[in-house]
Order: sequence, then structure tokens, then C-alpha cells
Amino acid sequence: MKDPALVVAGIATLSAGTYAFRLAGPLLRRRIALPPRVTKLLEAAAVVLLAALAATSALTEGHGFAGYARPAGVLAGGVLAWRNAPFLVVVIAAAATTAALRLLGVP
Amino acid sequence: MGSIYRTLPGGVLRDIALSCLAVAFIGLSYGAVAVASGLPLWVPAAQSVLVLAGASEFLFIGIVAAGGNPIAAALAGLLVNARHLPYGLALPDVTGRGWRRLLGSHVMNDESVVFALAQDDHDRKKAAYWACGLGVLACWPAGAVLGALAGGAIRDTGAFGLDAMFPAVILALIMPALRDQANGRATRRAAVLGAAIALAAAPFLPAGLPVLLALGAVGAVAIPQVRR
Repeated sequence: MKDPALVVAGIATLSAGTYAFRLAGPLLRRRIALPPRVTKLLEAAAVVLLAALAATSALTEGHGFAGYARPAGVLAGGVLAWRNAPFLVVVIAAAATTAALRLLGVP
Repeated sequence: MGSIYRTLPGGVLRDIALSCLAVAFIGLSYGAVAVASGLPLWVPAAQSVLVLAGASEFLFIGIVAAGGNPIAAALAGLLVNARHLPYGLALPDVTGRGWRRLLGSHVMNDESVVFALAQDDHDRKKAAYWACGLGVLACWPAGAVLGALAGGAIRDTGAFGLDAMFPAVILALIMPALRDQANGRATRRAAVLGAAIALAAAPFLPAGLPVLLALGAVGAVAIPQVRR
């Protein structure tokens, strides 16, 4: 891990900022109204960030390709999630698929 | 807590309990993933109590574990958590006043907001919000610490496929938004384009940056399409 002090600063930034968002809404409620479009764009931006994180952590390791076993497991989990499988089933299926492929010698 | 039992119907309490149990399971995978990526136990433990917002915590540990700058990771997490501002604007006054507002604001999360909005009258909204909020405040850190302890006990995480859990968890978390009737199509396109941008940039840029570059997809796809 990097410099622990920097990680503490990161956690403090994320905690304090998140708390400020939570506190601000009820306090501002009677004064301003965010247009629904802005709300939807905020939601879309969050989903895009998370989708990009899922893609890079499934397919890359450092600056290179992560191998086939990991993305295959993630794909299995993704298909189950799309078909409304329970959270636990999605996560275990992803890990089990990757583990099984590695057992068979797939990198 | 006594007033919560009197105010809420049993079915609502059961649904809240099930949601909190699901949160505990996500917490287990969160703690396990955090230590499997090389972070010490105190990182998921501290975040689960102080941040108390799962998706942003996954994003934070994902970027930091990949070698990214923790401050950049925090800013990316804040972008994900910006939705709490409109949550607070959308909710009626359920957090209370004075010191109650300080705690009541902290337990604002996806689950407590959903349960509050689903109730008919104000007393029930308030009871559901607090029951679910406090339940998540207990279950999320408990799951995270247990998961970190269990994950730390496993030596070869690759053999168990634990590295596939993290992206799968994120996919499961964003799936409802991708399937959403009103904006799912625009969001799906933006998500696919954003993922492609991040993957194209990953071989060349330092960790953390490719994910932030993906936001360009929001400008390109979501802004024109969400308008309708």
C-alpha cells in the first residue's frame, strides 16, 4: 500500500465530503430544487464511473491483460445479475467460475 | 426503537431486515476484496463506519489498491456519493432536529431512502428511514470486518477466484440503474462507452485516471439523451 498517511487523508476527504452531501440536502430542501435532469445526470455519472471500474478491474492487471479466467468469471456473474439472480449467487458464481477455469489451467 | 415496532407493519420490518442482511453480505465481500487487494483491515473497517456508502468505498479501494492516488480515489468516490444531496432534497423531514439530525443525516443511504419514500404517512416514513438506516449502520461495518478477517486468512486468493468478486459486485450494484425503464438505455450506452474509454487508456495512464476519463462518456451520450 502507498503512504498510510495519504490513505488516511483520502478516507477523511471521502467521509467528510459524503457527510456534507448528506447534511446539505435536508438543510437546503426548502430553498432550492435541483432540476430532475441534473439528478439523473448525477446518477448516470456514478453508474459510468462504476462500470469503468468493473471493466478495468475485470480485464486489466497493472498495465497489462489480466488473463481469461477472471473476465470469464465476471461475465458469468454479470449475466446472472442481468437475469435478476440474488446478490450472493452473482458473487459466488463469478468466483467459482474463475476458480474452476484456473483449476483447468486457464490463465 | 420501541416506537419503530409500534409504527411499522410487520411486512415492512421484515423487508428492512432482509435488506440489512443483504447489506451485511455485500459487506463480507467488501472486506474480503479489500484485504485480498493488499489493503490492511483498518481501511475497510474505518471506511465502513465513516463513509457508510458501499459503492464509493469499493471505488476507493479499487483505485488505491491499483496504485492510484488516495485523494484522487476520494474525489472519484465523492462523485459517486453526490447522489445523497438530491436524496436529502427529495425526502420529507425524517432526520429530525439538533443532534438527531447529525446522526440522521449519516444514516442516509440508498436503502433507507427507498424504504422511507415507499411509506404512506410521515410517521411511517420516519420510522422506516431510521430502522433501515440504523440497521445498515450496524450490518455494513460488521460484514466488512468479518469479511476482512476471513479474506486475510486465505493465502492464495487467485485460486479461489476472489479477484473476480470485485468487478462482479460492482456489476450487481449498478444493474438496477442499467435496467431502469426511463433512462436505462442512455445510461447503458454511456456505461459501455465509458468502460471502453477506460480500457483503452489503462495500458498508458497511471491507475485511477482511466476510470475518471470514462466520465467523458456522460458528456457524449447521457447529456443529449437524458433530456427527454
